[in-house]
Parts: sequence; C-alpha cells; structure tokens
Amino acid sequence: MRRIVSVLLENESGALSRLIGLFAQRGYNIETLTVAPTEDHTLSRLTLTTVAGDDEIEQITKQVNKLVEVVKLVDLSEGDHVERELMLIKVKAGSDQREEIKRVADIFRGQIVDVVHDAYTIQLTGTSEKIDAFVKALPQGSVAEVARSGVLGLSRGEKALSI
Amino acid sequence: MEKLSGADMLIRALQDEGVEYLFGYPGGAVLHIYDALFNQEKIKHILVRHEQGATHMADGYARATGRTGVVLVTSGPGATNAITGIATAYMDSIPMVVISGQVQSHLIGTDSFQETDMIGVSRPVVKHSFLVKDARDIPETIKKAFFIASSGRPGPVVVDIPKDKTNPNDLFEYKYPKSVSLRSYNPSQKGHAGQIQKAVDLLLKAEKPMIYSGGGVILGEASNALTALTRELGFPITNTLMGLGGFPGTDQQFLGMLGMHGTYEANNAMHHCDVLLAVGARFDDRITNTPSMFCPNAKIIHIDVDPASISKTIRADIPIVGDVGVILKEMMDLVKNKRSKKPNKTLISKWWDQIALWREQDCLKIKRTAEDDQIIKPQDGVKAVYEATRGEAFVTSDVGQHQMFAALYYPFDEPRKWINSGGLGTMGFGLPSAMGAQVAFPESTVVCITGEGSIQMNIQELSTCSQYELPVKIINLNNQSLGMVKQWQDMQYEGRHSHSYMDSLPDFVALAESYGHKGFKIQSRSDLEPVLKEVFSIKDKLVFVDIMVDPKEHVYPMLVAPNGSMRDMWLEKGVRT
Ligand SMILES: Cc1ncc(C[n+]2csc(CCOP(=O)(O)OP(=O)(O)O)c2C)c(N)n1
Ligand SMILES: [Mg+2]
Repeated sequence: MRRIVSVLLENESGALSRLIGLFAQRGYNIETLTVAPTEDHTLSRLTLTTVAGDDEIEQITKQVNKLVEVVKLVDLSEGDHVERELMLIKVKAGSDQREEIKRVADIFRGQIVDVVHDAYTIQLTGTSEKIDAFVKALPQGSVAEVARSGVLGLSRGEKALSI
Repeated sequence: MEKLSGADMLIRALQDEGVEYLFGYPGGAVLHIYDALFNQEKIKHILVRHEQGATHMADGYARATGRTGVVLVTSGPGATNAITGIATAYMDSIPMVVISGQVQSHLIGTDSFQETDMIGVSRPVVKHSFLVKDARDIPETIKKAFFIASSGRPGPVVVDIPKDKTNPNDLFEYKYPKSVSLRSYNPSQKGHAGQIQKAVDLLLKAEKPMIYSGGGVILGEASNALTALTRELGFPITNTLMGLGGFPGTDQQFLGMLGMHGTYEANNAMHHCDVLLAVGARFDDRITNTPSMFCPNAKIIHIDVDPASISKTIRADIPIVGDVGVILKEMMDLVKNKRSKKPNKTLISKWWDQIALWREQDCLKIKRTAEDDQIIKPQDGVKAVYEATRGEAFVTSDVGQHQMFAALYYPFDEPRKWINSGGLGTMGFGLPSAMGAQVAFPESTVVCITGEGSIQMNIQELSTCSQYELPVKIINLNNQSLGMVKQWQDMQYEGRHSHSYMDSLPDFVALAESYGHKGFKIQSRSDLEPVLKEVFSIKDKLVFVDIMVDPKEHVYPMLVAPNGSMRDMWLEKGVRT
C-alpha cells in the first residue's frame, strides 16, 4: 500500500542524509520526497511516499522515529488527509495541437505559465492520480519535459504536526 | 570566565564528564588535541597499536563497567581503522564516544591529504554523530555525545572535529553544561501500566512458561530484578549469547544458552512453551531459526527499551516499551501483591518434569573415545579455565568455535563478566576488549579465550599490554584451523576445507615472550590443570597459553537450518533430533 509519511526534522546539515541513508540501509523504498524549512526555521518538514505493508510501515516509522534529529512523524495515510502534488510540464504544441492541449489543460484546471512559438509550459496541482491522468490525456508524443514536486500532505481537521 | 582553545576545551569537557581513560592513536589532524592531553594528568591515555584495537578496548571497558568508552583517532586512515570497532559496538548497543580528527574546515571536500568523510562512512553504524562547525560548540557537543551514547538503547557516537577548531591560538570561554536536553530525543520511557498488568495475568496462568533474556538486561542493569522475578515465579529461564550472566548460570532454573548453539533443553523449552517472556532480547536470526516456525504455541510478552526491536521479526502479543529494570520491578510488585493469584508451582510442575527429561540428554557431555584420552578437547580447555578461576573471572572471547565453547562451558553468575562480539561477530575483538576490562579492573582476573585465527587479527596489541603492564590471560584454543568455517564446510560442503586451515602459525610462546610476556604451551590433557593453576597464580604478567586442541571437534548442539524450528538440532556428528 502507498503511504505518505511526514516528518518534522531538525534543520541541520546531515539530518537529511541520515534519514535517506536509513531507507537505503534497511531496504525501504522511496517513491517521492520533498523537503523544505517550515515557518520555524529550525525545523524542516519532509514528506515522502513509500509502498509498504502494515508490518513494514510499522518498522519504517519506528526506525525513522529513532533518528536523533527526527522531532515528530506522522503516517498521513492512516487517517483522513489532503494531499497535493505540483507538476510543471513542457508540451510540444504545434499549431495543429494547440487547441487540443489547451482544452485538456482547462479540463484539468492546469495553467499555462509560459508560451514559446511551439511549446507550452503548464502548471498543474492535484493528487498524483490526477496528474498521471492529465499526462495520459495529452496527445501522444507531445510531452517534452516533466518536473514533479513529489507529494505534500496535511491531515484533515484540527490535528497538526507541530511541536 | 576562563578562556581555552578548542583542544583544551575538549580535554576539559572529557575531564568534566568524568572520563578516566582515552584509547587512542595520534596523527596530523589531532595534534592540537594530543598537545592539550600532554599538559594534564587526569585522563590517562592508552596508546594502542591499531585504531581497531582502541575501539575494542573502549568497548571492553564499557561492557565491563557500564560506563561509556572513549576513543581518539586521527582523520582518514585513523578514522576508517576505527570503523570495525564502531560497528561492533553498534550491533551490541555499547555506549562509546569516538572523537575523530578531521582535516581543516576549508579543505573539507577537496580530497585533501588524509581526508575521509567520517560522518558519511560511519553513518550506518553509529547511534548519532556530530561534525563540529564552531569551536564554541565543543563543550555542549561532548555533553550531548555522552548523553546520547549512554541513554535509552546505548550505542556509539562519533564527534568529528576539523583541525582548525582545535587551534591553540583561538580562545573561547569555557563552560561545561550540567545537563542537556534535546527536543527530538527523549529516551526515558515508563512501561505502560495496563500492559504490565496484562503481562502478569498471562504469566500467572501459564502452564509451560519460559523466560528468554538478552543483552538488554545487562545494559539496563536489570539482572537483580530479573533474577528476583524469575525466582519468585519459579519459571525456567534461558539467556542469549549477549545476555549470559543476566541470570546466574549455575542456578537450577537456568536451562543454558539458547539459539544456534543453544542447549537441547533451552531450545526445546522455547519451542514448546505456551507463554514466552522476552526481556531485553531482539529475536535475532541466530535465535529464532525459521521465524514462521518459532514458538508455535506461545503468547509472547516482549519488554524492550527500543520500540523498533518489538515486533520486528516476531510479532509480540503484549509489547511493553521502557526501561527493563523498572518494568521487571513493577511486575514483581504485582506478582507479590496478588495474594489470590500467587504463582502456582503445581501448575507448572509437569513442565519441569518435561524439562528434566530434556536435561537427561546431557547435550554438553564431552564425547571421547578411549584412544582420545590425552587429546585435549576445546571444551576441556574452557572447563579447566572455569575451575582455575572458580568461575569468577572476566572472560572475553573472539569469534568461532572457541567462542561457543566458552559461552556453553563457562557459566557466568554475574552480569558484565562475559564479553563478546555477539551481533557483528568480529574476530579480533577478544584481546583488546580484555585489555579494556583489565584497565578498568586492574586487580581482577581477565581471561581472553581465543583461537589461533582470531588472535592474529589484533595480535599487535600484545605490545600495548607490555607498555601498560596489563596482565591479561590469553587462552588460545589452537585447533590450527578456522574451526567454525571448517565445521560448516564439514556439514554443508562435504568436507571440502576451502581455505579454512591455518598454515605457518607462529610459535605463540616465543612471540609472547618477545614482547616481555610469559608463554606456556599445553599439549596433553593431564597438563591442563597443573599448568593453568600456575598460569592463574601469576598476577603481574600477561600469560599466553597456547593449548593444542582436537582439530576435528564440532560445536553441538546446532540448529538444523534452513527450514528448521528451534527443536530441530544436530546433537553430534551425523546425529539429529
Ligand atoms: C573479521 C572476521 N572475518 C571473518 C569472520 C568469519 N569467521 C567466523 S568464525 C571464523 C574462524 C575463526 O577461527 P579461530 O579464531 O581459529 O576460531 P575457531 O573457530 O577455530 O575456534 C571465521 C573466519 C569473522 N567472524 N570475522
Ligand atoms: Mg582455530
């Protein structure tokens, strides 16, 4: 099962490599990873997705929690949550396909953020599935370049991952 | 306030932390630190012959005393030489602080002379590590390093210090913090009261109970609490290789060690029990044999300070996270207070009858033919050492058959007396760890039971023993082969002894004497007792005893693998359950 794990981490050099190293060392996979400082600059928030069964995710969260620089951790997929991913995608848009691409982008509420004579750069946010679906819906062979942010998430309701 | 250089602050911090001994080896990146050491007498420095030796000495010191062992090495090769010893301490959760020099800050990342990314290289084998970025941070970093190394589930901590941070010309105000707290690290945990109650209820209903305890009991100073509870309950108990001495080895309730080379009675009792109380043990693969066939009928209670050890390989029915000593005492109180539900000894009397039958197997009996009479079996050697030391010595071992024989034939009645590399299985650990124990207890008898293969992995430390007059007794069970490797080749590779012989062995007696030590060679069984008596009467000198033992001997019992359970054992050559 796909899991979204959010971690509050001391914003110190070495902390990130320790966490990534743990995944490699123990044979856990990382599908997506995103990390940035929080509003409190001594802390970073890291969000990763991994595919793991119940026993494995239990070990992963315990092992990650053991790292001295990990302040808090939550497995968002355990409960209700919102999740988003951001994609920037460059699409070849020759004159015959421009209309079609724009139409698909509109349907998915994508925004065209840059235009050159034969290419659009489109920004899209949503769940990973929505983003996948958008890429599939584009005309065959039109995708030139893709950059995805990886998944971000917050639990729903008043619960908050903070110290 | 006093102003000190980074190097002086480091040494002062170690003094203020109460460090007595520093095991180390100098080099360019730590010269400022060595100069600071020169000007003081509080901390005694032991100059080793190889940095691996330093880490094992600090480790042996830590295991014997319970205090944190401290190591000082230079950058690059000094740091990488320390890695095996750090990994050894990590696997067995030993508190250790390793201070490594690093090249000057501005050279980091330029492949400069003797530069190694020590933080990176050591990362998978440390509990935590620090790179000092500002000399002002040295006192607090040292405080944190000792706190992390020694609390919770202990482990090694590396402090990497670039040379410029110890520059004698840069002075800072020195103040050693009384305590530190880290918001992201909170190791002290109280066991959950409800879980403890549930565990006690389950134990009191058991008909075939078994207690299985490990190194966590030793590390957590919980042997008294464990012994008291075990006696109160009247249950059988087994210890892991790391947990020997956690419960008195000569007690009637003790079934011996369990696991790969565990006794017939301990392994069978594990397999057949209905309630298993696991204390400070981690269900290692050398214990469980095939996990899916492990303890098929048991409800499992698991007490450990490390939540990640619980339900890692074997799912616990009642997990209890926290300090093992405190939890065992709470369990004891509950057992004693429950007037109505006192431990019912008749409930388990049938179980003890069954155990008595298993004991009749006499699985540790030394098998000897008539023509073998004067041949020394390695087991004879260990037994003779036990007699000569009245079972009271600190015993370290290396890795191989001799290690298993030591564990099986030298029962330990106290914790911290048995010192071996259980998790990593590091050959070369025995001599330096014995030296660390001897440094801590200069008046005590410290024995290193080793093999001719292992001893040669850190034999250079014989020189350190001369320099610091460490009267370790080395018992070399010399089978002229990498015996444990050979045993596996006999059992699984039709006796093809691919590179498991030891040719060109030195004359160990002459070698020891060349360092100024004493040496004895024993070749006949009747010489064992008198010679060892003499050896252990020598209190002021290191003695190297080279005992020529039967090169064909195997260690038994041995679990049948793969696809075996704990009751499936080889009992002697060609004979299995
Ligand atoms: C550093 C290291 N290298 C290799 C091994 C694999 N190994 C385990 S036991 C053993 C043989 C040890 O020989 P010896 O010290 O003579 O002990 P014996 O088994 O003969 O009693 C070897 C090579 C190890 N444990 N450690
Ligand atoms: Mg040998």
